[in-house]
Amino acid sequence: MTDHKTSKEQKYDRQLRLWGDHGQEGLENAHVCLINATATGTEILKNLVLPGIGAFTIVDGHKVSGEDVGNNLSKPKVTCMLNDVVLILQNRAQAATELLQELNSDVSGNFVEESPDKLLDNDPEFFHRFSLVIGVQLPESTCLRLGSVLWDAGVPFLVCRTYGLIGYMRLIVKEHTVIESHPDNALEDLRLDQPFTELKHHIESYDLDSMEKKDHSHTPWIIVVAKYLEKWYSEHNSQLPKNYKEKEAFRQLIREGILTNENGTPEDEENFEEAIKNVNTALNPTKVPSATEDIFNAEQCENITSQSPSFWVMAHGVRDFVRNEGNGKLPVRGTIPDMIADSDKFIKLQNVYRDKAMKDAAVVSKHVEALLQSFGKPPESISEQEIKLFCKNAAFLRVVRCRSLAEEYSMDTFNKDEITSCMDSADSEMVLYLMLRSVNRFYQQHSRYPGVYNYQVEEDINKLKLCVNSLLQEYSLNVNVKDDYIHEFCRYGAAEPHTVAAFLGGSAAQEAIKIITHQFVPFNNTFLYNAMSQTSATFQL
Amino acid sequence: MKNSREFQNFYFENDVVRQVVIALPRHKVAHFTLNVYDNMAEGEEPEKKRRRIEELNENMVVDGGNGDRSDWQGQWDHVKKFLERAGPFTHPDFEPSTESLQFLMDTCKILVIGAGGLGCELLKDLALSGFRHIHVVDMDTIDISNLNRQFLFRPKDVGRPKAEVAADFVNDRVLGCNVVPHFKKIQDLDESFYRQFHIVVCGLDSVVARRWMNGMLLSLLIYEDGVLDPSSIIPLIDGGTEGFKGNARVILPGMTACIDCTLELYPPQINFPMCTIASMPRLPEHCVEYVRILLWPKEKPFGDGEALDGDDPKHIQWVYQKSLDRAAEFSITGVTYRLTQGVVKRIIPAVASTNAVIAAACATEVFKIATSAYVPLNNYMVFNDVDGLYTYTFEAERKENCSACSQVPQDLQFLPSAKLQEVLDYLTENASLQMKSPAITTTLDGKNKTLYLQTVASIEERTRPNLSKTLKELGLVDGQELAVADVTTPQTVLFKLNFIS
Repeated sequence: MTDHKTSKEQKYDRQLRLWGDHGQEGLENAHVCLINATATGTEILKNLVLPGIGAFTIVDGHKVSGEDVGNNLSKPKVTCMLNDVVLILQNRAQAATELLQELNSDVSGNFVEESPDKLLDNDPEFFHRFSLVIGVQLPESTCLRLGSVLWDAGVPFLVCRTYGLIGYMRLIVKEHTVIESHPDNALEDLRLDQPFTELKHHIESYDLDSMEKKDHSHTPWIIVVAKYLEKWYSEHNSQLPKNYKEKEAFRQLIREGILTNENGTPEDEENFEEAIKNVNTALNPTKVPSATEDIFNAEQCENITSQSPSFWVMAHGVRDFVRNEGNGKLPVRGTIPDMIADSDKFIKLQNVYRDKAMKDAAVVSKHVEALLQSFGKPPESISEQEIKLFCKNAAFLRVVRCRSLAEEYSMDTFNKDEITSCMDSADSEMVLYLMLRSVNRFYQQHSRYPGVYNYQVEEDINKLKLCVNSLLQEYSLNVNVKDDYIHEFCRYGAAEPHTVAAFLGGSAAQEAIKIITHQFVPFNNTFLYNAMSQTSATFQL
Repeated sequence: MKNSREFQNFYFENDVVRQVVIALPRHKVAHFTLNVYDNMAEGEEPEKKRRRIEELNENMVVDGGNGDRSDWQGQWDHVKKFLERAGPFTHPDFEPSTESLQFLMDTCKILVIGAGGLGCELLKDLALSGFRHIHVVDMDTIDISNLNRQFLFRPKDVGRPKAEVAADFVNDRVLGCNVVPHFKKIQDLDESFYRQFHIVVCGLDSVVARRWMNGMLLSLLIYEDGVLDPSSIIPLIDGGTEGFKGNARVILPGMTACIDCTLELYPPQINFPMCTIASMPRLPEHCVEYVRILLWPKEKPFGDGEALDGDDPKHIQWVYQKSLDRAAEFSITGVTYRLTQGVVKRIIPAVASTNAVIAAACATEVFKIATSAYVPLNNYMVFNDVDGLYTYTFEAERKENCSACSQVPQDLQFLPSAKLQEVLDYLTENASLQMKSPAITTTLDGKNKTLYLQTVASIEERTRPNLSKTLKELGLVDGQELAVADVTTPQTVLFKLNFIS
């Protein structure tokens, strides 16, 4: 057992450093459904099986074809089966399942040899059991049907499509909450503009003027800034340095504090240099970020019920804290960056922040507890640890709400502004979206995609153009789609080249991991990749 | 070898965009027989018949005895659409033909550097795009922590050479594909080896190796009267990933920005100051570094001469315990086994998904260049999917005086009273040079003289006193040429020493 645990830890080491053991646990408890094991589909699953998703189920009614062999991960083995007619006639779902399973023995793979449409006819509830459904290369009608079933059931739905050199993804999730968004360049939470009591006392325990040189040059820059800020306040009516000029003057004030040797030249005090360098960010006023403010003001935060997910219960708890004990401020995050200092001074300062963070989280805990009890729920239904994590990330909370496919397609609710404003530039990735919609229309009318065979390309260009025009007309879109794109999409002939499928396979898998682990932030809601130019764009449709 | 180089016509499409375009002259592509369906298409076959045959093609699952063509019918249909059809966005020189696929399969030779996270993906991407002559170089063996993304490896392969296992796997699964493994350092292969390839793709995790490879391809360039011979160019596609971030770029050595032109994009590795590690640790990382750098050589826990091996659990366990002690002494919290290993091995987090994305973008570029189906990426794309999905594509610019690719003599400006140590520091610390262990030689009184060399202990000892001598004391004069060798390049870099007063 322990051996298995350590070998797992070793195997997943490189990713555990990104999403932690709790992220991994979420992944291992997830069950993902993939519809259609095409090149794109198997690539997505491969990138979920490798990091150790709990289980997957492939739904696919197709037989393995030669084209799958040329672009599909399952190609390898299937190619080896070249002369094995029995296996070749195997269902694509089964073939892909076996090949994917081989990648990671921790993962449980299942397959259903049925088309999604049949399942929707006979057993729509089949799809309710999954953490996420990924639909690949789906005809538009199936996509919309499935989209509506999943929307009602509250199951996240990721639509993926490789069409020639174009990749398309659409995420449909009613509400997705993120505690750990792992922002790249987060501002520190140092409270220098509004020091809490314990920090004030700690700052007071320093007297820079009477210090030995060694201590002076090993005082953390946070203390240095705080000390000179006091001096600044006394000369500036207790106002923070605001504009560039004032900040420059404040830097100069700190610079003058650097000790000088007997010749009057300044000593080399790196901590003061750090203080000067950090003035700009250190003086950032402490406030609740607007994204967190929006969460506090959301209806889900306002009206907590016994059914409310713990995210909202905790959000409510933090809001109570901000409005009461916090005096308008979030719980202290409790971390400080590394800085020049001797061990003792650094650790003491670190503990001041850390202890305050613990105290604040404990107050939030009380609010959460009271809330839970008011619904007759045991206080331990949300753990102390969860609340601490929530408080630590209070400034980075994110909620992603995607529009439904029905909203995207309806004449009344489609996002006309986004489409028309993007189409001001004729080569915006938006044109690729309009082309995909037109290609779907073509499929509806002709039961095939344009340009699949060489001889069709020329004649299909005009037919596809009609579809483009009717789409634009139907939605009263006064935009211009260049003929070049119509020609190019006919040229694609619905091909699914492997490298584009692989690009999408990586991107989609990562979005799936975000949805499953509730870490990092998923895109909202339409992603288009253009492999011709290696560019991409995200639209809200 | 030179005659088989297919890349020739370089030109700038327009002055504003300066898109660099590569074309394959058709006449140089190997001969082969035309595909039967194309013969029909070119003839006067009635529409119906053509259609029937194509449908047959589509439905025929098993290879119907097509002689030595061992592919499945339809296997390359996805690829063919881009090669056999004209289109509005193709490279201006592109001519639709069946020759391109044949060129990919029979002639085009690709070198993949690295069989790790990116390398495994690249090999699969290239093999499934029709490339068959692929070489792969990797000096590493398989570790269990590779298995979360390096999908050509299984638990039973742990300890075996990555290049060999990866090649075997692809050859076994992709019929007709011939991947040739080289379980070697890139530095162990010479010019004649590298010269045989049409395109090189790098999936490396080391900047030094990247720079060396870049330098190698630059060294293969031929200039006649100062004009670059385009047929000597081997395009370099370079991919890199770290966690959820990555980049893909296309380099035409001698024509577009090379690795060293953009060295500032790779921040130099940050090391903790020694005084922090030795006397005032604040972070758990400082405690681990103390044990790694100072305690291990002192205590020699596994005997004299036993170097710390980050892959040996006994070693890591020892470092972990000692780091805990060190942390307790200073009331530092947060030392864990995982953190210890991360610091000792300088682990960069990695996931399957980012590698898949970046390798796919690189392979798409290989395909574009090999077939001229599209204009290649010009020339740098960054990717980040921490918050949504973000890509940014831009043209990295050549550096006029790049020490690797500019052909411009490099100047060093120093006072005659400067010490050799200062020159050494400049070579290692300057953001656009970032050398690792430069060896400096020069010619004095008609003789070669090594001023400083640190890779050989005995020479290092002998030349160390030079570091504290001034340039003047060493007998160097204004305009003196210094030849500098370093692991970052296969070629010696020539510097001209200019005395300032």
